[in-house]
Amino acid sequence: MAGSALKSLFGMEPRNSPGADDPFASVFAVPDIPGRSLWKDAGHRLLKNRAAVVSAVVMFLMLLAVVFGPMFLQWEGDFTDWDNTASPPSLQNGHWLGTDAVGRDILVRTLEGGRISLLVGVVSTLVSLLIGITYGSIAGYYGGVTDRLMMRMVDIIYALPFMFFVILLMVIFGRHIILIFVAIGAVNWLDMARIVRGQTLGLKNTEFIEAAQACGVSDAAIISRHIVPNLLGVVMVYVTLTIPQVILVESFLSFLGLGVQEPMSSWGALVNDGAQDMESAPWTLIVPAAFLAVTLYCFNYIGDGMRDALDPKDRA
Amino acid sequence: MSQSQSGFGHHLASRLLGLIPTLLMLITIAFFMMRMAPGGPFDSEKALPPEIRANLDAKYHLDEPLLQQYFRYLGQIVTLDFGPSFQYKDWTVNELIASGFPVSLTIGGLAMVLAFFVGTLVGIFAALRQNSAVDYAVMGVAMLGISIPGFVVAPLLILICAVYMGWLPAGGWEWSITYMILPVVTLALPVVAYIARLTRGSMIEVLHSNYIRTARAKGLPEHVVVRRHALKPAMLPVISFMGPATAGLITGSVVVERIYSIPGLGSYFVQGALNRDYTLVMGVVIFYGVVIVLLNFIVDMLYAWLNPRIRFEEG
Repeated sequence: MAGSALKSLFGMEPRNSPGADDPFASVFAVPDIPGRSLWKDAGHRLLKNRAAVVSAVVMFLMLLAVVFGPMFLQWEGDFTDWDNTASPPSLQNGHWLGTDAVGRDILVRTLEGGRISLLVGVVSTLVSLLIGITYGSIAGYYGGVTDRLMMRMVDIIYALPFMFFVILLMVIFGRHIILIFVAIGAVNWLDMARIVRGQTLGLKNTEFIEAAQACGVSDAAIISRHIVPNLLGVVMVYVTLTIPQVILVESFLSFLGLGVQEPMSSWGALVNDGAQDMESAPWTLIVPAAFLAVTLYCFNYIGDGMRDALDPKDRA
Repeated sequence: MSQSQSGFGHHLASRLLGLIPTLLMLITIAFFMMRMAPGGPFDSEKALPPEIRANLDAKYHLDEPLLQQYFRYLGQIVTLDFGPSFQYKDWTVNELIASGFPVSLTIGGLAMVLAFFVGTLVGIFAALRQNSAVDYAVMGVAMLGISIPGFVVAPLLILICAVYMGWLPAGGWEWSITYMILPVVTLALPVVAYIARLTRGSMIEVLHSNYIRTARAKGLPEHVVVRRHALKPAMLPVISFMGPATAGLITGSVVVERIYSIPGLGSYFVQGALNRDYTLVMGVVIFYGVVIVLLNFIVDMLYAWLNPRIRFEEG
């Protein structure tokens, strides 16, 4: 989604000092002022970005609510309260955000669905991370024909309608939760591979890699010990941008009935349930939809904020 | 000039050749993924007598070796024949595509046009007021448009516009504008938002460039600067986004068609996926894959043609 913007950002050398080729640099240089490191600078700018900070706080609270909330609420997610079916939000009967057509508490179900949605978001992103880093760093490190072949492959796969392939995977291998993780991750690693390759290309000619090569360290060890750790900062930014995408894909699948299956639930599945009853009980739609929307909104703002913070072009 | 023209022709030809492996890959992945599936399309029904089963397998060539089936399928695709549907017994996949695609194309095309015009206008509007309250408000709304998925927007729109207000039909399909408004708006929203953000960003960048400063220094009024000098280069990122946008619209149409019960290609695809209708699902994946690949190609060419910084000198 944000591929081109990311490329323009991460394609440039992070530590390129602006005055390197400038003959007057030494005249204007003021050696006594301590330098600002890229990361410190970025962190500072991120904290000044109010939208991103607020989003991060909201996401943290959301995470707490989703993980611990169901333990403290009086209802079980699959408990059917036959005295209060399709009850609107009410403080008296204890269903604060109402119940669905068979009397299940919407708040508890939404929080439990959130566990699945966030879990899919994180795990699938890790899967794509694993594939993308391995693929991208190998292509970037070996370069030449290997690189060209591997990246041509990525270009080709990139042109394919990826959502359709996820659906295809779900149809073929059934709708097991583990498969959802893998299917989404397996088609979502392309951007990661491209970014990692670009970074690796820049890193592999640096002195510390040359030193490692001179010491006779194996290629595998150089990639895993020296190259990958230096990519993590960039990758972190990309992870925040990938998680909402993945959550969106999972809810999309669940909404179509191709994602998680009863009795498990996710926000997408809940929105689908709610959409069936929305005329008689609109809260069954609005509550999970709001949780999903807030999460995606916040993640996007955090990702945007991190990207802006790391973009040296913006430096005032 | 003529040299640059032949350079463009060369570029076009090489890109056209590059499409072949992409399409081949598309067909191959779709085919082998479908054949890896445990259980065939005839398994879900009652256990069939073995003779009938054998007949069915023979009819659909499921009894041949896999590689032979693959090349048979490849041969069919080259002649644009996607074979019969496994579930809709009297239909071929071609007929299903022919009946569903015009509907999907209408909705998608209208959504694209809407998204392009509204998105660029909003983006330019925000860029000209960079860092003002209006700018932040517009971009906040745009972020909302990107974050909130279509399957949340659609039920809410139905609830408001159809159920409570009764302005528009809640779903179904007729070739009339009232049936198109809600699906088109739902489909267009995220694209509008994305194009608005893109336009704003590139417009701001262009407005800070030297030649714009020159234009202003000449004393040109601001609207002339924007329209005559800034608009075209600022549109370049939007043009290159058209490819991914199309892919997004096609994916989105799957959900939109289902929610509004529109008999488009997306509905057939989901139905086929739920019924394990191999040929239909494969046909739709390949069809849409080809559409996306070709559109990406056209967008690339358009971009190269519009961008004066890309020159095709040979040598």
